[in-house]
Amino acid sequence: MIMGLYNYWVVVVLMMVGFYIVIAHGNLIKKIVGLSIFQTSVFIFYISMANVDGATAPILAEGINQYSNPLPHVLILTAIVVGIATTALGLALAVRIKEAYGSIEEEEIQKEANLDC
Amino acid sequence: MLAHLPILQVIVPLMAAPLCLFLSRSRLVWLFALIVSGLAFLISSLLLQQVMTSGTIIYELGGWDAPWGIEYRIDQLSAFLLLIISAVSTVVLFAAHTSIQQEIPTGRHTLFYILYLLSLAGMLGIVATGDAFNVFVFLEISSLSAYALIALGKDRRALWASYQYLIMGTIGATFILIGIGLMYQMTGTLNMDDLSRRLPEVAHTRTVFTAFAFVIVGVCLKLALFPLHLWLPNAYAYAPSIVTTFFAATATKVAIYLLIRFTFSVFGLSFSFTALPLQMLFVVLGLLGIFVASFAAIYQKNVKHLFAYSSIAQIGYMIVGFSVSTTTGLMATLLHMFNHALMKSALFLALAAVIYRIGSVQLSQFHGLGRQMPFTMAAIVIGGLSLIGVPLTVGFVSKWYLVLATIENGWWPVAVLILLGSLLAVVYVWRIVEVAYFKPALAGREGTKEAPLSFLIPIWILVIANIYFGVDTRLSVQVAQAASQSLFGVSP
Repeated sequence: MIMGLYNYWVVVVLMMVGFYIVIAHGNLIKKIVGLSIFQTSVFIFYISMANVDGATAPILAEGINQYSNPLPHVLILTAIVVGIATTALGLALAVRIKEAYGSIEEEEIQKEANLDC
Repeated sequence: MLAHLPILQVIVPLMAAPLCLFLSRSRLVWLFALIVSGLAFLISSLLLQQVMTSGTIIYELGGWDAPWGIEYRIDQLSAFLLLIISAVSTVVLFAAHTSIQQEIPTGRHTLFYILYLLSLAGMLGIVATGDAFNVFVFLEISSLSAYALIALGKDRRALWASYQYLIMGTIGATFILIGIGLMYQMTGTLNMDDLSRRLPEVAHTRTVFTAFAFVIVGVCLKLALFPLHLWLPNAYAYAPSIVTTFFAATATKVAIYLLIRFTFSVFGLSFSFTALPLQMLFVVLGLLGIFVASFAAIYQKNVKHLFAYSSIAQIGYMIVGFSVSTTTGLMATLLHMFNHALMKSALFLALAAVIYRIGSVQLSQFHGLGRQMPFTMAAIVIGGLSLIGVPLTVGFVSKWYLVLATIENGWWPVAVLILLGSLLAVVYVWRIVEVAYFKPALAGREGTKEAPLSFLIPIWILVIANIYFGVDTRLSVQVAQAASQSLFGVSP
């Protein structure tokens, strides 16, 4: 039960760790790190689900007739690209926020933003 | 050529976006973007016409058969949405050149149009595709460009709003991705049509239930359903005016489209409304959204904030219509999507004109504008009347069908609450009217002139559409009815 679903347990733990960091941390960079961990857990989920026990990579070869499903792997390549774009944009925004507010702590930014109103 | 319309709809703006880089002059890029958006509008009109006469269009990408290859599937619902998105985008772009000259530094104009076209392509893609994973990809294309567009705002709070939207939006999109993964795990397919046939076989499993829950929560984050709406007001208030106008009219509609598509087409009606107490959940959240957001709107000092909260309330109406889950209810939702796009684009575009002239949208700065900018303020008044739901405006048509749907279902208290919610709209619209028409102009502001024609023409196109579709409801009602009936599997 535990060993057989090892990958899925890792997925769940990573997902919750990432999600918790996004919600609980006030530091903008840490939030992005959390978001990345959260997304990565989904990547692992897709890759694990495509795996077939005792099968190899989907390359035609003599004597092999069991292959893993390549489709989720391809999907996840796309999702990784999306993840990188999100992280890059998030970090770029964090840089601009630091320039504009002089801080990357949520509380201080919120305080400054309230002053603008 | 006509056979390739479904893919051209998406690929024209997608390919045009990077081409903007080769055009350096701001006016040239603007003309180019306007032509591209106009082309998208032309294609969507042709598609709608084709769908209404000959039914669903199926387009196989690269000639690969459906469950293996990606297919684009345009039914009445998608054609309707495509038309709304591309029409609003085109009208709004008319005013873009004048508006962004003041709000965005010249060096970034090209980037603005690139992001705008990418966002447009993303939204059109979400609606056109019939493949669940494709939805995720287009969702991220439109969202990532949206975050960047919002961050272009002049105010430094735009950055903060954009960052918060990025976090919420990514969580929402990742939830949808998890949901799609779980569905694939159970059925081995990503094609929506194929999914709808294979999911019932495994509908009793907890995996499918979990997939459904993830997709619904993810989509609700994107459509800013109360209480998941917190990212919306600031994102709309501090984004450049043109961006606000475009997103207020289209972005949340696309998310509602996804909600309808997943619940009705993919999971199927009988599963969706029994797996979760969706009806109860949505009618309560929708009504709460209407009241909380309308009350919040009444107390706003910034008019952009005010209309942003009003948008959340309007989403409440759409969700209530959805929760009725009858053909009339869904039809009311679809109509309100169309009508709300018309009202909010007119209102926010008029606010863009106000910003262009006086540089602010604080309510305290609106003193005397009724006489100084008569055409712009008249547009806000008519848009406001439409928001309230006064007869002869589009707002009345959708509220009428919404009330009709709830009464048909025997939900009297809900019908009463909907009407009470409209009264709250009277209050916040009146606050603007009072300041603009019954207060003398501020000192030093006596010389404020009417907005230039580049604003007035698109604003009044939208205002006239607000009245036209409020009187002659044939087109909108016919399409919404056909779409709603086909989703329920009723032959018209």
